[in-house]
Amino acid sequence: MAVASPSEAQSLVVNETRIDFIDRGSGPRLLFLHAENGIDPAVPLIDEMAKSARVIAPTHPGYGRSEIPKGMRTIDELSYFYLDLLDQLDLRDLTVVGAGLGGWLAAEIAVKTTARMARLVMANAVGIKVSDRETRDIADIFALTEPEYLQIVYANPEAGKRDYKVLPDAQVLAAARAKEATARFAWNPYFHNPRLKSRLHRIRIPTVFLWGTQDRMLSEAYGRAYAGMIPGARFELIDRAGHFPQEEQPQVFAEKVLAFAKTK
Amino acid sequence: MRIYQFTEQPYFPGWDKHSGSLRVNFLNRNCDPHIAADLFHRYYDEWQLADELGLDIMLNEHHQTATCMSSTVVVGLSVLARITKQARLLVLGYPIGHRPDPLRVAEELSTIDVISRGRLDMGFIKGVPYEFPSSNQNPVGVMDRFWEALDFIIKAMTTHDEVFNWEGEYFNYRHVNIWPRVWQDPHPPVWSTTGSTTQAKLLGERGYTMATLGSGYNTRPLYDAYRRGYHAKWGKAAGPDRFAYLGLVAVAKDKDEARKRGDLVAGYLRSSGIVHLPFRNPPGFLSAEDNARMLRGETAPRSYTKDRRVINMASASVDDLIAAGILFCGTPDEVYEQIIDFCQYCGGMGNLLMMGHAGYLTHEQTVDNLSLVAREVYPRLKAWKQPDAAEITAAAIAAEKAPSHRAASTRPGDLVDATLTAN
Repeated sequence: MAVASPSEAQSLVVNETRIDFIDRGSGPRLLFLHAENGIDPAVPLIDEMAKSARVIAPTHPGYGRSEIPKGMRTIDELSYFYLDLLDQLDLRDLTVVGAGLGGWLAAEIAVKTTARMARLVMANAVGIKVSDRETRDIADIFALTEPEYLQIVYANPEAGKRDYKVLPDAQVLAAARAKEATARFAWNPYFHNPRLKSRLHRIRIPTVFLWGTQDRMLSEAYGRAYAGMIPGARFELIDRAGHFPQEEQPQVFAEKVLAFAKTK
Repeated sequence: MRIYQFTEQPYFPGWDKHSGSLRVNFLNRNCDPHIAADLFHRYYDEWQLADELGLDIMLNEHHQTATCMSSTVVVGLSVLARITKQARLLVLGYPIGHRPDPLRVAEELSTIDVISRGRLDMGFIKGVPYEFPSSNQNPVGVMDRFWEALDFIIKAMTTHDEVFNWEGEYFNYRHVNIWPRVWQDPHPPVWSTTGSTTQAKLLGERGYTMATLGSGYNTRPLYDAYRRGYHAKWGKAAGPDRFAYLGLVAVAKDKDEARKRGDLVAGYLRSSGIVHLPFRNPPGFLSAEDNARMLRGETAPRSYTKDRRVINMASASVDDLIAAGILFCGTPDEVYEQIIDFCQYCGGMGNLLMMGHAGYLTHEQTVDNLSLVAREVYPRLKAWKQPDAAEITAAAIAAEKAPSHRAASTRPGDLVDATLTAN
């Protein structure tokens, strides 16, 4: 496999769909499934993890520059795309790290088969409904203004601010595509699959939940309830981080992931 | 030229009570059902008058809003199908991009067509941006859903000799055989709306009547795109009857009174865009490329006057709205001249969708407005000779590469009452 320069992504064709992906570092294999805000190849997290692991981080179909198969509308469908990707790259003994919407995706993959997975990390993951039908578990981000949104998803809202007037075109388009792809997968039912909860018991690999304590899109109670449905899952907090601990505390996040990836 | 009388059946008594949004999240605590009943009765009376005056009728629907109490248009169509005698009943539009069940739509509209003895015109739309939060339909991919629903409805209305099966991407039925069958043969005329040249061309290829709303002196590129699409598919020129334009209309015998009425109907433009910001442009409603341009702040203005001045519909003066072809306002003579002038600019336009009531216009003013249009403007418009369709189409084809015919595209938050942008 070709080695990409640190800031560049390679591309890969799975089922006639071309997607970007990062393959960096060496050591235990990590598959990083990015959150609903997409992934920038230059984010510190990837380099932090690549210090002692081989990090494979695809850009999901519909995000960044990745194509999306016609008609793909659910995370369930996306999980089959990833099962094919794992087969195609013949990846084994993986530690799968899913953040936010990527955590939902990781769970959808794992309930189908964990044959290629050794461990699972779920970071501020969405994907299930825990409260009653009139209680919203997940804040409606599509009903918020940009400042309101940044306020609830970041411990430090400045961390998420972007000046789109000066960003390169590709990044502005990626931001617009991320929003559209997220709506495609998560508009209705809102950020969850009603069927997923009853399947979580099938995940029988070591699992840890990492949870940014200042996430106001999801509550810690939601995360703990989610973890409680996966046999033996542990739950760890990351301070001074909101919904995207991988962005706000990349070093702490990477340390926890790497320590977990080395456990027997 | 035909004229369709249109009102959104607004609940204007609530308009001063909002805190930043008149749609989706403006609580219905602000609606007094007794006042609503009086208003509904009044609006039906005014439509009945339009029918008696020889005007046609247009209805629409919006959801969870004080700007438009017609939340399910089939109710209004049902009432009018029975109490009117001659008017065409145009629904523009029926937001099938949101409907969970197009079979039900086919049944409803067939029934209306039969009760009205063949007076239905079916305008289908995907729905405005702010309907997605209330319907909870996914804005991403709504056009695919729209086209499948439309194809299904037409097939349901035109299949008489078999019970058919439909297993599509979005809709599944195994025994389709609707009763009653439609009155008009092969089916009621199909209309749609657009703010994009790509979509306009497609509508031309389908041959549907195309309406634009509030596009003013930005309309011609859309019509010309339609003309090219129509000519390519059908090998002939699209006549003026293929085009419709929604304009506000305020007429009075007296100039000053007409201006006063113009200001009152403009209340529609001033209230229509009052929507909680995130609901104005849900992801997927516009293309990612268009949204990227918006993120960079590169939003093209939508409303121009004839001399290419940019105006903001939500705050423009009566004079500017007249200059932009959004409001036709004045004495009967003035309004006739304004409409003819606009039709000339369009290269022909055969259906005026007249907002003859809107905003705070009173019942008495509305009655006078409709009566003056019907008696003093309409006969002259009918007698007016539209531009030659063949010449106009030839010019549109020749001008395709001219830079002045750049694509016009729709922007959220504008008057995109029934916008259909190509996704």
